Amino acid sequence: MNDIILETRGLTKHYGGVHALEDANFTLRRGEHVAIMGDNGAGKSTFVRQITGVEQPTRGEIHFDGNKVEFKGPIEAREAGIEAVFQTLALADHLDVPDNLFLGREKTKWNWLGPFRRLDYAAMHADTLAALEKTGVKIPSIRNTIQFMSGGQRQCVAIARTATFHSKLTIMDEPTAALGVQETAQVENIVRALKEQGEPLILISHNMRQVMDLCDRIVVFRRGRICANLRAADVSGEEVVAYITGAKTQAEYMVEDAL
Amino acid sequence: MADAIMGIGGLKYDHKKRHRPPELNVFLALILIIGVFEILGQTLPYMNGQSFLFDTQGRFDSIFNEARLKIVILQVAIIGIIALGVTQVILTGGIDLSSGSIVGATAMIAMSFAQVGEVNGSPNTRAVFFEQGWVDLPVMIPVMVGLACGLFAGLINGLLVAYTRIPPFIATLGMMVTARGVAKWWTKGQPVSFPTESFATIGAGMTPVYIFVALAVLFYLIMRHTVYGKHTYAIGSNMDAARMSGINVQRHLTMVYTIAGGLAAIAAIVLSSKNLTAQAGMGVMYELDAIAMAVIGGISLQGGRGSIIGTALGALIFGVIISGFTYLRLDAYYQEMAKGAIIVGAVVLDQWRQRRAAHRL
Ligand SMILES: Nc1ncnc2c1ncn2[C@@H]1O[C@H](COP(=O)(O)OP(=O)(O)OP(=O)(O)O)[C@@H](O)[C@H]1O
Ligand SMILES: [Mg+2]
Repeated sequence: MNDIILETRGLTKHYGGVHALEDANFTLRRGEHVAIMGDNGAGKSTFVRQITGVEQPTRGEIHFDGNKVEFKGPIEAREAGIEAVFQTLALADHLDVPDNLFLGREKTKWNWLGPFRRLDYAAMHADTLAALEKTGVKIPSIRNTIQFMSGGQRQCVAIARTATFHSKLTIMDEPTAALGVQETAQVENIVRALKEQGEPLILISHNMRQVMDLCDRIVVFRRGRICANLRAADVSGEEVVAYITGAKTQAEYMVEDAL
Repeated sequence: MADAIMGIGGLKYDHKKRHRPPELNVFLALILIIGVFEILGQTLPYMNGQSFLFDTQGRFDSIFNEARLKIVILQVAIIGIIALGVTQVILTGGIDLSSGSIVGATAMIAMSFAQVGEVNGSPNTRAVFFEQGWVDLPVMIPVMVGLACGLFAGLINGLLVAYTRIPPFIATLGMMVTARGVAKWWTKGQPVSFPTESFATIGAGMTPVYIFVALAVLFYLIMRHTVYGKHTYAIGSNMDAARMSGINVQRHLTMVYTIAGGLAAIAAIVLSSKNLTAQAGMGVMYELDAIAMAVIGGISLQGGRGSIIGTALGALIFGVIISGFTYLRLDAYYQEMAKGAIIVGAVVLDQWRQRRAAHRL
């Protein structure tokens, strides 16, 4: 069995004249937790959108779980086993918490009715309570629509969604950006639990302490390019910042060196 | 139960003080409007104290003026059927302007398969398919043909909206013009009349109301309790989120518009049966009335918000207003003017409520 769960070769995305992502060669091993860091607009979220099938890359190859893949949409990526918390959260404002948690893969009864199969509200409700417990979020009532919930509450709903379903690869794009101290700690615990279960993770974060605590490896994006690949244990926070700002550059992006 | 007063994570939350469902507001508006008509009827000098709602002459078993109540609901039942489909389209954030024309085209085509072979003892040579001998067909045939027409028109709407990404307003506007053209072309403008007895029963008496109520209940259950309904709301609420959550948005939109076309076809079948004739001009402006019912019922034109109950109540308000104007013996001109004002008023009120709800937090 192949040791590498995700590999991109020359992955490139242009939005018209904007070169958001250039020639990204990225490798992720099974069970490995990798952080992606970089300034705003460095291309981190763009990278995530390419590998989750939300967008189609301009150029380049994606290999997932031993196969070359070309996801035509997020459904295919999810079916392949990639689970993501997007920076935009991808929540439907007018639905309540269980509806959002199970959006696109509802628990149902009477499945012979096809698209008109019946929603199993009771089961989804119970699972939602269990999932929210893991994130430690405080929500007045899960039966309310999420449109007026606070940024952190919404973020927890999105995270609980990935934590509920087992996957081969989890991607979190700035999952704790809006969270309080306690909730952040809870989310970090979720990440640690994934590590213990040997599930690989890509974590995008601006929080140096968090990255150093949780991840094995740090990949730095700068102006659409991967500019450094560092083993978390071997570098200091200052060094990483130097790479992010461009004060320091790695001669060659070498996966093997850091693995 | 501790659960009843506590939210997740120890937050205090009183479940008894949940938001008032918006449908309740629509219902209160309905009561209010009935009240206004009742009071006007009692106070306007030329009305001689006639009652809008109540039976003052002892004509019926109950205290209500049953004849008026029947008219109120009967005159909105057919457009109400259309409104059920339009509601689903609006919930996705779209709009359907074609339903009135689909009614026209479907009525013409379905009726031509429902004609009798003999009128008053002589052959009905003016039947559309007289030469082919397609007369006195079993009722299932016109019904199936009609349904197929509506579903097909809706399918085209759906495919246009979902796959070409042109705005629903434009796609369905195109269908509105085209379907009306089909309705006129079908018999070169001639009306189609003399349906078989079995076809005529579909729209006879109060049957349209029963059909409307049955469909309303069915779609209430579908929108509230099935995956189809949930995805319809999700798409209207946040289409990108729906896509990222793995909903096949294009396929779903196609389905929603197809179902709306099917409901327009049912309305066409009931209407032509009720009128015992089909004409190319049938259903003109019905699309706007159906949209008005939905909007009055609290369906947000931005999508994602509202329910079938709201639309059903909106349809009733619509019927009450029309009947009320007739009851007060006001000209049809005023009716139309008032209708326009009410539609705009309903949207303004809804926007205002939304903003207020956002401020409260
Ligand atoms: N749909 C789009 N059309 C045009 N330009 C885009 C589009 N999406 C992203 N970009 C551009 O691509 C670049 C990379 O954006 P991206 O969202 O990947 O940054 P990021 O690294 O995630 O930043 P942040 O830390 O702020 O989330 C930016 O310059 C952005 O303006
Ligand atoms: Mg980003």
